[in-house]
Amino acid sequence: MAKPMHPTPNLDQLESGPWPSFVTGLKRLAKDNDAAVDLLGHLEQSYKTRKGYWKGGTLGVVGYGGGIIPRFTEIKDEDGKPTFPDAAEFHTLRVMPPAGMHYDTGTLRKLCDIWVKHGSGLIALHGQSGDIMFQGANSENVQKAFDEFNEMGFDLGGAGPALRTSMSCVGHARCEQSCYDEAKAHHKIINAFLDEMHRPALPYKFKFKFSGCPNDCMNSIQRSDFATIGTWRDNMQTDEELAKKWFAANGMNTLVNTVINMCPTRAMQIKAAKDVAKGENITSVKLDDKQALEIDNKSCVRCMHCLNVMTGALQPGKDKGATILIGGKSVLKIGATMGTVIIPFFKLDKDEDYEALVELAGKVIDFFAENALEHERTGEMIDRIGLPAFLEGIEVEIDPNMIDRPRMNPYVNMGGWDEEVAKAEARKSAA
Amino acid sequence: MAQPQVRKPVEGFLDNKKFLHPKFAANYGKWKTHDRPRPGVLHHVSHSGDQVWSVRAGTQRQMDHYTIRKLCDIADKFGEGFMRFTIRSNVEIMVSAEAKVKPLIDELEKNGFPVGGTGNSVSMVAHTQGWLHCDIPGTDASGVVKSMMDALYDDFKKEEMPNRVRLSTSCCEINCGGQADIAVVVQYTKPPKINHDQVANICERPTVVARCPVAAIRPALVNGKPSLEVDEKKCVCCGACYPPCPPMQINDPEHNKLAIWVGGKNSNARGKPTFHKLVAAGLPNNAPRWPEVNAIVKKILDTYKADGRPWERMIDWIERIGWPAFFEKTGLPFTKYMIDDWRGGRNNLNASAHVRF
Repeated sequence: MAKPMHPTPNLDQLESGPWPSFVTGLKRLAKDNDAAVDLLGHLEQSYKTRKGYWKGGTLGVVGYGGGIIPRFTEIKDEDGKPTFPDAAEFHTLRVMPPAGMHYDTGTLRKLCDIWVKHGSGLIALHGQSGDIMFQGANSENVQKAFDEFNEMGFDLGGAGPALRTSMSCVGHARCEQSCYDEAKAHHKIINAFLDEMHRPALPYKFKFKFSGCPNDCMNSIQRSDFATIGTWRDNMQTDEELAKKWFAANGMNTLVNTVINMCPTRAMQIKAAKDVAKGENITSVKLDDKQALEIDNKSCVRCMHCLNVMTGALQPGKDKGATILIGGKSVLKIGATMGTVIIPFFKLDKDEDYEALVELAGKVIDFFAENALEHERTGEMIDRIGLPAFLEGIEVEIDPNMIDRPRMNPYVNMGGWDEEVAKAEARKSAA
Repeated sequence: MAQPQVRKPVEGFLDNKKFLHPKFAANYGKWKTHDRPRPGVLHHVSHSGDQVWSVRAGTQRQMDHYTIRKLCDIADKFGEGFMRFTIRSNVEIMVSAEAKVKPLIDELEKNGFPVGGTGNSVSMVAHTQGWLHCDIPGTDASGVVKSMMDALYDDFKKEEMPNRVRLSTSCCEINCGGQADIAVVVQYTKPPKINHDQVANICERPTVVARCPVAAIRPALVNGKPSLEVDEKKCVCCGACYPPCPPMQINDPEHNKLAIWVGGKNSNARGKPTFHKLVAAGLPNNAPRWPEVNAIVKKILDTYKADGRPWERMIDWIERIGWPAFFEKTGLPFTKYMIDDWRGGRNNLNASAHVRF
């Protein structure tokens, strides 16, 4: 039995309603757990005063400079004694989950056992950083908990100015749209740069995220400095049986209104089956005996919309890889930025392709480490120095896929024009 | 004296293969198509003809170990011993026979885990830590989300929206919750209150000066002590100075407000990925249930549901009807604060004669 509960009239109101309640969960913990009793008291205080009461600090495990989020209470009496002593230290361990957040029940139970032994028993699956967040250990137990998680094969994630924990989508494990082995890329990259994760020495945080197709379920374009978004460069594939089945179930109006009309580049047409164009860039599939869908793959931007609507009937091509975008981040301090294209197509098939991705990632991290100012994200750095300087630094050639449109003002010294034309000609003849 | 034995850590990101459901492992990279037999259930078919059903259910994200063990019990008894989690903290339990789907759904529902969150539903809110565990929170996160999802429970369980709806909440302006169709984000409305006695001891002043996006902070001597001062005319109340310098307190029980942003999306489907846009602000930080916020979120969703066409995401719908119609249909006031005056903001003005009447 734990100590008596603090009154929590505000939190109690979060126990009603149909959605699972974290308060009910905390109260379950509090039955035999003094830390949970005091955590509830601590949180109730915030609800009452509408203020936060945790401060950070410095705490780590042996050999690591990051991965622990220390939290010390600021609710104290006049003598400096914590009002909620059993939650006075409530640190979080950020632990990297298996890529794709897959678990067997035995592993989850064992993680729970360790966390009950050394921590509060409260676990977030998962934090916005992509970590398992084991919330609520005191300073003494952080190392003990880590040691046991580590014995299971788990390792800490990132925090502070460092490489951060990454995320990859379910992808190859269960998705027909997957254009590369997301987990493989995820593993190779994180394992190649673990030192940057565990011993923070970068100007600021650096994040990789891996999505298997342009639906970008991992939000990589916005949430990562280095986004690897699956795509293909040959023609879309089709499955006539599934296309006919879809058309029979949905009909012409739905096809026109939700597929043809919603294509952002008007790359699709309906044609009489006998009139379908031939050509190396044309994909077509019969919808019934008379009608066919014709797709001009040269106009298609791989947005995924028609593949999402006609699942399986339209499929990614065979020549698969990823588009690499750099510089996504949230608001601080120049405003939120999306990643922008630096490699339109990066082939990802054989092992050496994945090794080449690691090599590219290394160049980007090195350039960031050497050139970013303190507390400057990759996107901000590029904003400051310009994309051409960044590309030169990582030895990537310019490409018109990197822009939405060319420059619209003349305020630049173009004295080097002839040299740049020569480079453009050289790139063309090398392609 | 002998040093205590120190365990040497084994560094490495573990391989995920042994955690995969056997059907996932057997058909890795070989999936052909999928359909949704009902909301909350994904049915995937591989090129070899293998099939797997994934049943998705909502959780509270911050889970006590009893809740996780309950999910394990369900996955062992009604599933096949494996589960995974989505980016929005939904659990997915997989089975390889259709007959197992219904009993699994029933068991999840019986234990309070709502089955849904697939397709054109409103999925669980991506959210942050808030008062529970953050060191700089302007509000709570789990509580806001619990209140929102109580109100959107049916929309999670049904697939009745024009397209999928992604929500997020963030407990400060850093917006860790991320871009979303509808995002609820703390908005500070007053410059920081500075405790000049503490600045010199706690803050690295040049760092704090450099952190300000509008150069409103400068070093100053206050009461004979080195401190910092803020040009309150320039200050945009973003709170960026607060994390590196806690004596520059940005949080205030009264003046922390909540703002609502719409039309963000990360997917490339149809239009390019885009950031969410401001549509409401000044909402009170009204714990424990934030009714004013929920009322507006619900109003926006109801309007979108009634007016959006199939497959239109929130932003697709708004771009079709236009922003004036959005404000008219939702009844939300359009104020000068919605006119972007940040760097590059002029690009967000209507530089055309395209006007809907």
